[in-house]
Amino acid sequence: MNILVCVSRVPDTATRIIVGSDGKSIDKNGVKYIVNPYDEFALEEGLRLREKNGGSVTAITVGTDAATDVLRTALAMGVDKAILVKGDEPTDSYYVAYNIAKIAKEINPDLIILGRQSIDFDSFQLPSMLAEMLGMPSVSVVSALKIENGQVSAERDVEGGKETVACSLPCIISAQKGLNEPRYPKLPDIMKAKSKPIDTREAEKTEPKTSIIGMEIPSKARAGKVLEASDANIDEIVRLLKEEAKVI
Amino acid sequence: MGFKSIDYFNIDELFTEEELLVRESIRKFVDDEVIPIIEQYYFEGKYPEHLTEKLAELGVFGITLSEEYGGAGANYTSYGLAMQELERGDSAVRSFASVQNSLVIYPISRYGTEEQKHKWLPRLVRGEAIGCFGLTEPDFGSNPAGIITTAKKIDGGFLLNGAKMWITNGTAADVAVVWAKLDGEIHGFLVEKGTKGFSAPEMKGKHSLRASVTSELIFEDCEIPEENILNVAGLRGPLSCLNQARYGIAWGAVGAALAVFHSAIEYSKSRIQFGKPIAKFQITQEKLVWMLNEITKAQLVCYRLGRLMDEGRARPEHISFAKRNNVDMALQCARIAREIHGANGILGEYPVMRHSANLESVKTYEGTHEIHTLILGRDITGEDAFE
Repeated sequence: MNILVCVSRVPDTATRIIVGSDGKSIDKNGVKYIVNPYDEFALEEGLRLREKNGGSVTAITVGTDAATDVLRTALAMGVDKAILVKGDEPTDSYYVAYNIAKIAKEINPDLIILGRQSIDFDSFQLPSMLAEMLGMPSVSVVSALKIENGQVSAERDVEGGKETVACSLPCIISAQKGLNEPRYPKLPDIMKAKSKPIDTREAEKTEPKTSIIGMEIPSKARAGKVLEASDANIDEIVRLLKEEAKVI
Repeated sequence: MGFKSIDYFNIDELFTEEELLVRESIRKFVDDEVIPIIEQYYFEGKYPEHLTEKLAELGVFGITLSEEYGGAGANYTSYGLAMQELERGDSAVRSFASVQNSLVIYPISRYGTEEQKHKWLPRLVRGEAIGCFGLTEPDFGSNPAGIITTAKKIDGGFLLNGAKMWITNGTAADVAVVWAKLDGEIHGFLVEKGTKGFSAPEMKGKHSLRASVTSELIFEDCEIPEENILNVAGLRGPLSCLNQARYGIAWGAVGAALAVFHSAIEYSKSRIQFGKPIAKFQITQEKLVWMLNEITKAQLVCYRLGRLMDEGRARPEHISFAKRNNVDMALQCARIAREIHGANGILGEYPVMRHSANLESVKTYEGTHEIHTLILGRDITGEDAFE
């Protein structure tokens, strides 16, 4: 089985984000980047499927030269090949999907796996766009995956429960937390990943379907009010939160 | 919220992609596998044995060892970053890895015969064999040249007599690298667990490094085969190993300092006194800034020392400088972090008291702070305080 895993490079969750001087992008100075955490589940699932069924796993990312670090992580985790579609820093999902679809048409994967969302822009659009562009079925937010004889059974999280969806290969799966426990890259594998080549392709520019007009840091959450035992209406507030607002 | 490191001068830019990958992989491992459980083991005074296999799987044993013997073949900077992350978890875990790498795998790979290397190195790397290093004796710590454990040449082998003390992993070890005097000169010997006349009782009652096994090694007419001698003579044998270990400790101390700094920053922002977070008080800020300054300087020392090690240009004095500075710095950070946490600082809920107690040991092991001072003093004055 040939598997394509899409990875994206996002700011570390512990990074303090500062909006850049243009008001449309983040200030990259001192920002640490990581593999999008949901893509780690996608990578792990791809590796496990390969270990079970044979085949190969290719990691792909769209971005600038700086994005080689996430591909290097994927190689250190154990993927066989890595492709950097080199171009502008992606801000428009269509541009990313278009360029990944182009490569996918060339390498014909049996399965494409990616994180349910990238935690930088949270657009959630890539799995559906790729499915449309490639004419493949897609199952999103998958927390358990079974593939037997070309038939896919994917369990997905839905409001208040689980749903099991069946489709056939080739298909697109977007990974949810809980799908697996991603492995830690082993030191010898990190050293070996150093010498694995990264296949670099030129990205094709696309007419942007969306553009960023402005970016701002959310204003500080309003300070909560701490109720003391002496507050007479505390029981009434709890009742309202429970029965009217239904938040607790 | 995940661990946030200090990178005030964008030092990360100086590391290579694979060096950062090594750090990130071990950082994640420590966050998931060490930090959630270490407090309990510390309290119980036990080493978390189940970690050995996981650490081996991760490739933490034999980091700089060549692939030929199963090692990762990584550079010293990667080794340092790995030690930093392990000690961010606990000094005991880093000590375990230091001993296995620097004090067992290193001497066998450097001074061992091909037979010894093939017998021990792959097993040590895979964590199937644990090693320990016996130099220090009850009466000879800072003055290792005076050791009184002896080896006597007998027909077909050697007869060892004497006792070692403060030996990390001694009780658990499958092989001990033991330094003893043969005709008045220091030599290294490999002693296998179970050899007649060799015992390794655990030392109890420690208030520091509680998640680490510390032992005595006792040799009473312990007979070992001829082929178990290492090919090195004189104090330079054990000292070359200690240099490796001290190098790792210099990085490890930064990890412990990062852990207590992280805890202190988070605590100071959430602890409200007089109606405001204590981070708003000038005295708290001064303490946090002192830590930021000292940790950043120590990081730069580590970075530079790592590069000198990789180029084969580091002198033992450079290592003494880094070990002396960084461990003292980390211990002071831990004490200051304890103050910021107030009474909460003594609880196991926060990592500061555990690191503080651990670093008390780290300050005097692998060359006391004072001995490293005298090594540097000798280097800059030409006057030898040991003579």
